[in-house]
Amino acid sequence: MTQASRVEEREYLRTPTESTDGARQLAGRRHVLDLDDFTREEIGAVMENTRAMKEVLQRDIKKVPALRGKTIITLFYEPSTRTRVSFEQAGKILSADVISVTGGGSSVEKGESLYNTARTIQAMDADLIVIRHPQSGAPHFLAGRLDISIINAGDGTHAHPTQALVDIFTMESHLGPIEGLKVVIVGDLLYSRVARSNLWGLTKMGAQVVLCGPPTLIPSDFQNGHRKEVGHPFTNVRIETNVERALDGADVVMALRLQLERQRAGHLPSLREYSRMYGINSKRLQLAKPNVLVMHPGPMNEGVEIDSEVAHGARSVIEEQVTNGVAVRMALLYSLTAPTLHATPDTVESQQLSKPGPKPRPDITSRRVYLK
Amino acid sequence: MKTILIRGGRIIDPSQGIDRIADLLLSKGVVKGLADHIDPPDGAAVIDATGMVVSPGFIDLHCHLREPGFEYKETIATGTLAAARGGFTTVCAMPNTSPTMDTRATVDFVMRMAREEGAVRVLPIGCITKGSKGKELAEMGELAEAGAIGFSDDGHPVADSNVMRQALSYSSVYGLPIIDHCEAPDLFRDGVMNEGWVSNHLGLRGVPNSAEDVMVARDIALAELTGGRLHLAHVSTAGAVQAVRDAKERGLNVTCEVTPHHLTLTDRAVLGRFGDGVPGEFDPLTPVAYDTNAKVNPPLRGQKDVDAMVQALADGVVDVIATDHAPHSTVEKLCTFDEADFGISGLETALGSVMSLVHSGKITLPALVERLTIAPARFLLASSASIDHRLGTLKEGAPADVTVFDPDAEWRVDPTEFASKGKNTPLAGATLRGRVVATVVGGEVRHNQEDSALGQAVRKGRRV
Repeated sequence: MTQASRVEEREYLRTPTESTDGARQLAGRRHVLDLDDFTREEIGAVMENTRAMKEVLQRDIKKVPALRGKTIITLFYEPSTRTRVSFEQAGKILSADVISVTGGGSSVEKGESLYNTARTIQAMDADLIVIRHPQSGAPHFLAGRLDISIINAGDGTHAHPTQALVDIFTMESHLGPIEGLKVVIVGDLLYSRVARSNLWGLTKMGAQVVLCGPPTLIPSDFQNGHRKEVGHPFTNVRIETNVERALDGADVVMALRLQLERQRAGHLPSLREYSRMYGINSKRLQLAKPNVLVMHPGPMNEGVEIDSEVAHGARSVIEEQVTNGVAVRMALLYSLTAPTLHATPDTVESQQLSKPGPKPRPDITSRRVYLK
Repeated sequence: MKTILIRGGRIIDPSQGIDRIADLLLSKGVVKGLADHIDPPDGAAVIDATGMVVSPGFIDLHCHLREPGFEYKETIATGTLAAARGGFTTVCAMPNTSPTMDTRATVDFVMRMAREEGAVRVLPIGCITKGSKGKELAEMGELAEAGAIGFSDDGHPVADSNVMRQALSYSSVYGLPIIDHCEAPDLFRDGVMNEGWVSNHLGLRGVPNSAEDVMVARDIALAELTGGRLHLAHVSTAGAVQAVRDAKERGLNVTCEVTPHHLTLTDRAVLGRFGDGVPGEFDPLTPVAYDTNAKVNPPLRGQKDVDAMVQALADGVVDVIATDHAPHSTVEKLCTFDEADFGISGLETALGSVMSLVHSGKITLPALVERLTIAPARFLLASSASIDHRLGTLKEGAPADVTVFDPDAEWRVDPTEFASKGKNTPLAGATLRGRVVATVVGGEVRHNQEDSALGQAVRKGRRV
């Protein structure tokens, strides 16, 4: 490597850490479990860091040594293409060692409990676990019991915070500040972890969120007066069962994947009827603003929740969501595992030479500080 | 059996309408006398109860002792010791053991173990259906002869309405109640907690109130049809108590119970709680977020339901407080919320929990004691000739079952100190106000806070 490129590299590394207030806002965070505990400033910081990471992605040689010597485990109990690959790619671009554990071919297959699997991984001195799990709360379960950073890559029907950050980043890069944007999320809101995390993130950023779908796919607490109960987090979100009314004047339309299981479970008469009543097609899209963004967290059922011509049309940013996914995940991996906040490559190296001492056991008081 | 004088306590015995400071003398296993002042007879042990409440021993109509079959969760020895520490002198054991209590052999086994190893009285509840499978009736006649005080498939509802109809009708011959766990399977589905904004926030599958409401309505209709005796276990919804209220007004033979946790905790307990354990101060991001120890069936409900339960308890629509003590091993709770077993280990925190209702002025102390003593005793009295007919009272000649508790003592819940093998409580770390200091069963001191060391007060050589 030439001297010039070293210097260049150093500049890249400085960008996400030293140049913004935002980076400081993430200083105390250990985990990304959902966006419910993120502040608006923290989300802003992630956006800032993501922009810097995106710059790295546009280079000819997409590799920086920021996380050299760090070990990241991706622990996937559910099939995934884009999320797992984008985490692995993000880790590798940052020079971390990324080890992928999936259900098949590991002790998970032999019935080892999640707790014991995770303890084993911790004992191997990994720095961060990225987990996807079919049961809601699995990442919280680990975060509460292990002394290691956890990123939630999707848990059950609960949350998918990194996807929501990708969506927010994509919206911001096209439309500017989220504040005041009308974002319509259409589809299976009852089971969608993407929708749930977006709801947290978007409301924190000041968007007007409209949830649209048949009543059978909207959580009952949005419909039966529970929103008057003390503590309900989403008292101002609009619920709309008519898709035309929902789309009127929308800045962003996000279609959610509709699974055939919903028809079988009796939530819907048929996918065909869903498509007729709620599918996003070009005619309906005309009700939205002319510069509307069409989004979908993937994988799509083209012809069901979204028409092919819309999915691949001029207003669609669906593929860009995938590209941004890598940058957002780089920003998060970096924020959670970089040795010090104001790291330069030199300090990174000197710290790696000194053997780290034993990690302190998690205790409640310190965790409160981390989380707030 | 020593003579015991309990001195200077506030004696609350709702069976006789007594609430005053007095002395209580126990001798030869029975209540000998109650008077303003009693001189200690020679050789009598004296318990100074100044500042304490002295009441008839508490009776729990609903607990799971897990033996036979699940001794790793609890045994009759540990479960009854937990009962004694919670002030309970009589507990009714649910039949979802392995094998289930659907034959005389299992009932006999439980009763023998209780006699040999139990710290308190144990009354067995038989199954409604063979193996609690909800298909064919268990041999209720034989179970009644063996000493069952009622029938229940607790843990499972009797889904088939016709089976329920036959059960209510057939059991009426023996005067024994059908104790139903009300949950409509089609609405319950694979739910793990109450359906509401908390379940939505956490992405957990919810159980709507209506799953309980429709089953309660069905059972009441069938009780009316058959004239059978119906007792609804652990009611938890405003709709259910409203249905019971209506049924009672119509003169039906329907009773119900509520647990301490459904009276004091909401579904927000699942969100998690700070380590200092103040109930109600919840935060989703503590180490106990998704608290599996708050996973219980029926689930902890919303505030409106809790308010309705407290109101119904105060005005007598809910007849008794029962713990639904459901101990589980650590492994069964150290997992994701979906995988965790349902249940709370409740015997040892029951009094401290429900005393909060007295401290906040929602129910009077005598009324609370009534729901823990003579009310369940009346329920048992109506059931069976084979049990002692003088439980739940301090009348002269009644069994010397007495609970002494400090209504104001504050203590921190530390599950590692539980006598129960089940450490599964959402109250770990919480401070409760109100604590049992001594429990006397049939004239024997089975628990004495003074002696502290676990089980010291109770007989030795027990298998734990």
